[in-house]
Amino acid sequence: MAVVLRSRHCPFADNGFPMHELGIAASILESVQAEALRHPAGRITKVGVKIGELSGVDRDALQFGFEVLVKDTEWEPVVLDLEYIPRVQRCSKCAHEFRMTEFDPQCPQCGEFLTDCIGGEELDIAYMEVDE
Amino acid sequence: MNRIEVEKKVLNENQVLAEQLRERYRQLGVLCINLISAPGSGKTALLERTLQRMDKGSRVAVLTGDLQTENDAKRLAKFGFPVKQITTGGTCHLDARMIGKHLADWKLEDLDLLIVENVGNLVCPSSYDLGEDAKIVLLSTSEGEDKPLKYPSIFFKAELMLLTKIDLLPYVPFNADVARENARRVHPQLEIIDVSSTTGEGLDRWMEWLRARQERAKAKLHTATAPH
Ligand SMILES: Nc1nc2c(ncn2[C@@H]2O[C@H](COP(=O)(O)OP(=O)(O)OP(=O)(O)O)[C@@H](O)[C@H]2O)c(=O)[nH]1
Ligand SMILES: [Mg+2]
Ligand SMILES: [Zn+2]
Repeated sequence: MAVVLRSRHCPFADNGFPMHELGIAASILESVQAEALRHPAGRITKVGVKIGELSGVDRDALQFGFEVLVKDTEWEPVVLDLEYIPRVQRCSKCAHEFRMTEFDPQCPQCGEFLTDCIGGEELDIAYMEVDE
Repeated sequence: MNRIEVEKKVLNENQVLAEQLRERYRQLGVLCINLISAPGSGKTALLERTLQRMDKGSRVAVLTGDLQTENDAKRLAKFGFPVKQITTGGTCHLDARMIGKHLADWKLEDLDLLIVENVGNLVCPSSYDLGEDAKIVLLSTSEGEDKPLKYPSIFFKAELMLLTKIDLLPYVPFNADVARENARRVHPQLEIIDVSSTTGEGLDRWMEWLRARQERAKAKLHTATAPH
């Protein structure tokens, strides 16, 4: 029977559909498997993934999904290390970079409202650790 | 122990396919838009009104995604333009591979506008690039003004927000100003158009937005093919 994970995050999960993060977890595992092929003598012990505030991905659900996916497989020892990346804005006037909280785009340095998002959209694999 | 820096997108495979689609659209001057909203916010109703208003000879096609059923494609096929249903069979979003597969037997060079109606879901579709020129998010007046703050990802990534079902404003406790303000807190440059598919209010502005974007797609085509 297919594993059905429930998540507050993906509305379909409540209707018995697998949650969104399970698909993301599967993509991460595919990257691990691809990297493992390049290290036939070693084994991957850890994969680091950056999750931006704006990525639309729930970290707890992803962690859980990954653990379910690798359980009782040769990939079970792989640890998923999630790093949360907050939303960062850069001021269009004074170039000051600041963490955006409470969706307030105003530059705390000069008061300018026109600021650009330069961080927080990440859904990236950052690194892997291999025991050789 | 050996640490390898990877720096690649988790959804790299999807991204590669999406970029290929984007390049094909660009070369042919096709405008592709991706409509995203919670279930029932009025994507299909808007497309019915949109297709109805198009000239008979318009080179427009629609791909519509749903978990199950061909209902939306049937509703949209009535207008005489090519429409194809993508049933995902449980996947809560469309991805670039599904789009590529369903475009395979259509001639893209015969199109000016490709409209994708995503699976009704405010979360998951925002992670999957379909190669579109613009994501458009629909928020209906029956959903609550706080949705942009609860689901910021899609409101951030969308270029345009359509505030739908505004004919219901007198009957629902929905403060449209607060909804727009919340959306702009997440995405200050977000364009917003109020529409009603029932009364037709705002549809002229929406059609104008589409027309302007199509002209931009064509203009890019001319600059791209101009002799060097
Ligand atoms: N009052 C009112 N009702 C609307 C409007 N637009 C859509 N509806 C109704 O809302 C319901 C859902 O509309 P759809 O167009 O099917 O919504 P959808 O976003 O395509 O739904 P899914 O594809 O299932 O996610 C239908 O009963 C429509 O008649 C509108 O502008 N005003
Ligand atoms: Mg629909
Ligand atoms: Zn500043």
